[in-house]
Amino acid sequence: MKNWTDSLKPKIRSMQESFYLLARNRLSLFALVLLCVIVLLAILAPWIIPYPQDIADEAHIADKFLAPSAAHWFGTDELGRDVFSRVIYGGRVSLSTAILTVGISLLIGVPLGAVAGTLGGHVDNVIMRITDIFLSFPPLLLAISLVAILGSSLTNAILAIAISWWPWYTRLVRGQAISIKERKFVQAAETIGTGKLKIIFRHIVPNCISPVIVQASMDMGGVILTVASLSFLGLGAKAPTPEWGLMISTGRTYFPDMWWCCIFPGLAIFITVLCFNLLGDAAREILDPKTRKR
Amino acid sequence: MGKYILKRLLSSLVVLLGVITITFVIARVVPSDPAAKWAGNRATQEQLAQAREELGLNKSLPEQYITYIGQLLRGDLGKSLNSKQPVTTELKQYVPATLELVLLAFILAILIGIPLGIYSAKKKDRMLDHISRFFSIGAVSLPTFWVALFLQLIFYKNLNVLPLGGDLSVMATIFEERPQITGMLLFDCMLTGKWQMFGDAFLHIILPCITIALYPIGLVSRMTRSALLEILNEDYITAGRSYGIREFKMLWKYALKNSLGATATDVALSMGYTLTNTFLVEAIFSWPGIGSYISKAITSLDYPAIIGVTIFGSVCYIILNLLADIIIASDPRVRL
Repeated sequence: MKNWTDSLKPKIRSMQESFYLLARNRLSLFALVLLCVIVLLAILAPWIIPYPQDIADEAHIADKFLAPSAAHWFGTDELGRDVFSRVIYGGRVSLSTAILTVGISLLIGVPLGAVAGTLGGHVDNVIMRITDIFLSFPPLLLAISLVAILGSSLTNAILAIAISWWPWYTRLVRGQAISIKERKFVQAAETIGTGKLKIIFRHIVPNCISPVIVQASMDMGGVILTVASLSFLGLGAKAPTPEWGLMISTGRTYFPDMWWCCIFPGLAIFITVLCFNLLGDAAREILDPKTRKR
Repeated sequence: MGKYILKRLLSSLVVLLGVITITFVIARVVPSDPAAKWAGNRATQEQLAQAREELGLNKSLPEQYITYIGQLLRGDLGKSLNSKQPVTTELKQYVPATLELVLLAFILAILIGIPLGIYSAKKKDRMLDHISRFFSIGAVSLPTFWVALFLQLIFYKNLNVLPLGGDLSVMATIFEERPQITGMLLFDCMLTGKWQMFGDAFLHIILPCITIALYPIGLVSRMTRSALLEILNEDYITAGRSYGIREFKMLWKYALKNSLGATATDVALSMGYTLTNTFLVEAIFSWPGIGSYISKAITSLDYPAIIGVTIFGSVCYIILNLLADIIIASDPRVRL
């Protein structure tokens, strides 16, 4: 038992140190707090929004296009639904789709990268050429044509973005795997005759996962933007889902007179993505030894 | 050097073939009935049969693949469902406007981004550095389509100084013929000396151009800042300083020169992202470019047009990446 806590100590110390570095930069600390609030709001959304029935198709035509007021902080939309409730609930939609998208990309990208890096040779060559090909589509364009063919829905948008996103993780994991496979414990495992597959998934993958997790959480912002862009183009969420991109796209018809239908969902996207990017920037600085010393 | 370029050229060709294969899979293998997609929702039996014939769907997949590549080599991207025109002809019509917009946005990005980055690096950790860093991260986090709407709200609705969209007002086309030389309106107006029309077109390009430039401005200034910070710590800079070279000259001439390589690479790579941003922005400002074309194609489920734009965009992206790599390789400090 003592050994176990001892082995954990340096990890805790480095976590403390990282947190200290993070806290030193007031802007990133602010982003962290704000992000926690956003996540909390997203989790609690169904219970805390003032008009829970408004996230569905319910219409109160009498209340349509009310300007922001005390009763409706962000005004009401074309069906008289409370924009504030929909924006808060939209966080739930956006965060969960982003997590799903990144998750699927990881499921495809990580094993491929680990296999490519560990086995090397032809396997590596083939896998890396395939990632090159996927990365030569301008971002979004591959997703656009995929969703257009599959039919537009949030599920297809998630799949399409994941299909264009995984190569980044393959590249990252491959690089990690190449350095890890030279380490003593992997060689030891090889010597005692452990199978390749077991080495890859028991020894290599767990050891290269932490930079992947950092990268994945930094990517969340980008994925949220991409999902919103697809929805805005009409290739993502379908009405009445309170998805931010879709809300802007619907509100656009009544823009600029009923500006609140567009401006508030956009602000929500901006703040959420900004928090992720600020944290990502801070993480990069903490992890990069060059800037860490300064 | 020559060997490297040849190698890079070959690998680009392989990637190009891969991209074409993927679009083939998306267009012909994934849908259960490609002909139905290709002929549109309201196709008659006759049109469906014709589409099957055109796509060679009665042949085996490998044969279809070969026909497909043959068609692409001849520049045949199929016919748009909306206009019944060949997609290639339509692309030729729409590309110049997009090119004009993107070029101008990048010039703007370099003109603003580099000085901002230099300034930020010089005043590291001061208030202005923080503001410019916040701005650059903010610019990357903004949903472009929303910025477009926001700018319309301010400059069209509230201030009423700039037009809502399009590339030319109706008034401007009444008295003068629209010049058509390169298809890039501003450029054509300059060539033909139609300065009044140039002014009108310029007013129209301001908002879309700023919207698209935001992302590269943020990127360029961040890259310039971080590259400069590293360079300013190098010995030759200290040496230069001790020789009494002015700080201004040091920064703008000796330090900046060495940081441009990193910036150039990022600018080239951000082109792809900017291209897709352009699509969204064009749709909002009804700018007559590829973006408006593809968003119209998306709403009307015009598959040949969507696939055509995807292939075209990817080819451009591959060429840009190739050029970026060749430019970097031509730097004598880079050993290959």
